This record gives sequence, C-alpha cells and structure tokens, in this order.
Amino acid sequence: MRKYYLPLAVLFLFVVAIGGSWLRIFNDYWQLVLLFMGINIILTVSLNLINGYMGEFSCGHAGFMAVGAYVTSILTVWLFADDKVFGPPVLPAGWAIPLFPVALVIGAIAASLIGLLVAIPSFRTRGDYLAIITLAVNYIIKSGIENMEVIGGPRGFVGMKRVMNGMGDVFDVPWLLIWTFIGMLVTILIIRNFTSSTLGKGVEAIREDEIAAELMSVNTKRVKVTAFMLSCGLAGLAGGLFAHGPGGYINPGTFTILKSTEVMVMVYLGGMGSISGSIISAIGFTLLLELLRPLGVFKWVLIPLLLVVMMLRRPSGIMGSKELGDVFPRLRKIFGSEEESYVLASD
Amino acid sequence: MALATFLQHVLNALQWGSFYALIALGYTMVYGVLLLINFAHGDIFMVGAYVGFFIAAFLLGLGTGIPAWIILAVTIVGSMALTAGVGVTIERVAYRPLRERGAHRLYLVITALMIGLFLEYLNLSTLGAADRGFPELIPTKIYSVGGVSFTNVKLIVIGLSIVVMVGLELFLRRTKWGMAMRAISYDKIAVPLMGVPVNAIITVTFIIGSSLAALAGIMYGSAYHVISFDMGIIIGWKAFIAAVVGGIGEVRGAMVGGFLLAFIEIFVVALGSVPGFEWLSSTYRDLVSFTVLLVILTIKPTGIFGVARRQKV
Repeated sequence: MRKYYLPLAVLFLFVVAIGGSWLRIFNDYWQLVLLFMGINIILTVSLNLINGYMGEFSCGHAGFMAVGAYVTSILTVWLFADDKVFGPPVLPAGWAIPLFPVALVIGAIAASLIGLLVAIPSFRTRGDYLAIITLAVNYIIKSGIENMEVIGGPRGFVGMKRVMNGMGDVFDVPWLLIWTFIGMLVTILIIRNFTSSTLGKGVEAIREDEIAAELMSVNTKRVKVTAFMLSCGLAGLAGGLFAHGPGGYINPGTFTILKSTEVMVMVYLGGMGSISGSIISAIGFTLLLELLRPLGVFKWVLIPLLLVVMMLRRPSGIMGSKELGDVFPRLRKIFGSEEESYVLASD
Repeated sequence: MALATFLQHVLNALQWGSFYALIALGYTMVYGVLLLINFAHGDIFMVGAYVGFFIAAFLLGLGTGIPAWIILAVTIVGSMALTAGVGVTIERVAYRPLRERGAHRLYLVITALMIGLFLEYLNLSTLGAADRGFPELIPTKIYSVGGVSFTNVKLIVIGLSIVVMVGLELFLRRTKWGMAMRAISYDKIAVPLMGVPVNAIITVTFIIGSSLAALAGIMYGSAYHVISFDMGIIIGWKAFIAAVVGGIGEVRGAMVGGFLLAFIEIFVVALGSVPGFEWLSSTYRDLVSFTVLLVILTIKPTGIFGVARRQKV
C-alpha cells in the first residue's frame, strides 16, 4: 500500500492545481503564478544537472529555452492557427489537443540539438571557459532569432493565443496548466532517474575529478553529450510551454542573459545537486517575486540583498546536496519504497 | 572601402576597444588572484561613471572660477578613489565571508551577479530611469587629417588606455606587489605559507580593478556624453568574454581580447555599407562577433595568451 502514497500525493496536487483552475477557484492571476512555478521548476531542475551535478557553469539556459519556444510556437501556429505568414491553419483545431505535446517534444528535441553547440566544446574546455561558450551561445541564439525576419525578428512572434483558444473551444479545460504539470513531472522523473543511473553517476564523477573518472572507465564524452542534450532539451520544453502563456507572445528580448541569471539563482539557492532543493527554490523564488510585486523597482534592490544575506547564512544553498528524504527521514518512511525503508530500519 | 573610411573605422574600433580592454582588466586581475568571475564589475564601471558625473556636476555648479583641468583632475581622482572604496567594500562584505566559510566557488559567482543587480536597481530606483548627459570635461576639438576626422577625446581615450595597460604590466612584472599577485595566481596554497598577505593583495587587486573601471566610466561619459543605469550590463558581459578570449588572468590577453572584439563589431557594421555586402546589416554584429569568439575558443580553449596548465593526477 505504501508504494502508492507518492503517486497519490502527486495526483492530489494535480487535482488541486488543475481542478482549482478549471472551477475558477484560482483566478487568472493565480493560474499565471502556477504556470510560472511549473516552468521555473522545469528550468531549475534541468539546469541543476549541468551546474549542480556536473559542476559546470552554464549561463546560457535562456538561449535553449528560446529555441524550444520558437520551434514549438512556429509549429503550433502553422498547424492550427490563421496567421499572416503561414496562412490558414493546416489542420482543424481539434487536432491541436493530441498534437500539442508532439509540438512540445519537437521543440525540446530542437533545443537539445542546439545543445550540441555547447556539449562539443566541453570535451576540451572546462570551468570558466565553458561558461563563456554558453554565454556566447546565448547571445548567438538571441541574435540569430533577431535576424530572422520571417518569424518577426526583434519584434517577436505572435499567434499562440489563437492556438490555445482553439483548444479551449473544443474542450474547456486549462490545457496549458495540464501540460505544464505533466512536463514538470516528466522533467523531475527524467533527472531523478538519470542521476541515479550508471551514466548519471558518471556526471557526478566528472564533477569530482574528470581525469580520475576517465581512468575509472567513465566515457566522459558520452556522459557530457547526454547530460547537455538532456538539460538543454528540457529547457526547450519549458520554453515551448512559456511561449503559449496568457500573453501568447514571445520576442528575443525575453531570452537574455538576465533570464539565464534568474534560473542560475534558483539552482544555487536550492543547492547544487539537489532536486528537491531546486523545486523548493523555484516555488519560493516565484512566490517571492509575486509577493514583492507591489514594491515596483525596489523589488530588484531587495531581492539581490536578500539572496546575498541568504548565501552568507547558508553558503551551500537551502538543501546543500541533500534531498528532502535525507533531511527528514520520516518522509522516506512514508513515501519511500519498501526496500528503502527496510534499509533505513536496519541502519 | 576607401583608405580614409577604413582608418576612420580603425580609430573608432580602437576607442571602443579601449573601453572593453579597461573593463576586461578588472575581470582578469580579480580572476587571476581569486579565481572569481566578478560579474559585478560591469556595474562598478557604471558606478564609476555616476560618481564622476556627480563630482563634476558639483564642481561645475560651484561657479566658473575653477579651471577646467582642475575639475577634470578632481573628477578622475575622486571617482577612482570612491569607486575603489565601493569595490573593496563589496569584497569585504560579500565575498570575503563566503570565501572564509569555504563556500563553493560558483556561489561566489552568483553573489557577484546579485551585487551587480543590486547596484543597477539601486541606481534605477533612486536616480530614475532617464539617461543623464555627462558634462563636457574635456573641451572637444575636431581634427581632420587626410579625410579622417577625429576628436581629441578619442585620442586621449586610446592613449590613456594604452598607458594604463603598459603601466599595469610593468607593475605586475617589476614590483614586489605585482610579483605577489602573480605568485598567488600561480599557487594558492604554498604562497600564503611563504608569508604573502593574501587578504591585503586581494584588497589591492580590487582597488586597481575598480579604479580602472571608474576611469573607463569617466572616459565613456566624455566620449559618448550619455550615461544610464544599465550602461554596464552589456559592456560588462562582453568585456568578460573579451578577457576570456584573450586568456583570462593575463593583462595582454585583456587588451588583445578587448580590441579584437571591438574590431569585429565595428567592421561588421562598417562592411554593411560596402557594395556586395549590403545583406550584412548591423543587427548581425553580435552574431558574427560571438561566432568568431566561439571558434577561437574551440580551437584554443585557454584563450589567445592563456597557457594550458598541466593537470596533475
């Protein structure tokens, strides 16, 4: 019976978030906050694979998000919406419901292919030189999009709202929130399972000592390519979801270094190499941003100060490299599998 | 492209590169000693420009009795001193406690990013979003030689940055403090044991880096006459990239990287007006320059002047 507790808890959260939005218990504003929370969790957990588990310093996550956002939106707008550039919809609106996740996945795959741009130089470079490469890639992606007039260039790309409205007309449920929730779950599962797999243990081995890892028969190139493509692809997924948000509008100016910085802050605030830390800090940071909204510009004076003080108090983030189950063993007793609690009891 | 136009662009690139190089120096020096990417440095440049602006505005407001060169000198010295104070304060309040607690290096980098954001938005929220016109501290004269026109400010900026680079290189090679800095960047464990006061060296590094950023800020204000709260963001990130491409931790690297980046940027824009290259609009600037830098780093991963250190197993 115990092994159903965790899925049941997740199901409960799903019902509360989606049901609440559907019955309009959460108004538009809180739905937006929920959406941002989900997207931030995807971004933070995926970046944690590179910056936390692998110990690299990637500061171009927003670039990969941009690739996913543009590829997904171009696909959905071309297929399901009446658009100036792409003409009338190719498929009826009803098809959008099953094909929307397909578009998301294609966007994620595109982002992960662009992630190769970072993964291949990382064979020879490490640390701060790799940081620069990711930074340069972020600039290149943004500048590349700005120079593509077909998709709006610097003015941005619109039309996703019509896609979402079309889906809503067929079946009136909060589609975007549903897919964000599923995307978030998939991300957490992928990263959790990857980091506990043989290949994923190689990621941590690279962080500790790359040469020793290589000597211990870790195929460092394969590990790096997999980790980068996975992380960048999930960023692309987050981008695809972000693009279909209430504004229904994206422009290259959204995906700057500042956006990347925001994600990095959430990763380090949560703790390097802790998935539950990333989730907690993504939720907390999103809420903090909303709570301080009345302060206007002063928000951005206060938040950095708060974060600096927090860093000084807890120099390794909220969770360090621990998971929630390590800090509160009780949780593991309730939610963990039978074997795990058996190991715990025999300690 | 006619020769005169070409020379004109070269001069512009040299001026633009001087700013990159002066800011890149601050990154490179702090990195050499602390292995810390001080992302707040671009905003220190902004602080320097604003401090200079207020000192100059105050002095100009006092009346007309003060000779122009005294105002210029006081502005430069005052701004360099105060900005150095800001840099050292940041180091003492935010970086040193973290370092002493043995936090992971990347937490320091994030702290630096936060300090940068704090400085930007403190400026935005207290002084407002409007750009400010920087007073003309050096009366501008325009010369024209063989179709190439340039201002005295441009020559001063280029000359000053070269003098600073040469001076800094001499300081690092010929003085005891410079030797201590190089020693610390070479070995972080043995050198402090030899009696080299690490914290004092770090303070000196921040003083030099921040005051050079302030100098660059005043020069920027004098050359372009406009300063804003976000002037340090893009230029700071790009200067950091320039420092890395040149080989981070090397003064020559900062200079070469800064000028290289500026040359690529200026000439991508300039080429757009040459027949046959009309497709190359100025919006391709970042795309081309960063692609070139990416290629350089892929071929030579430690930067142009960087020396690959052998890793011990």
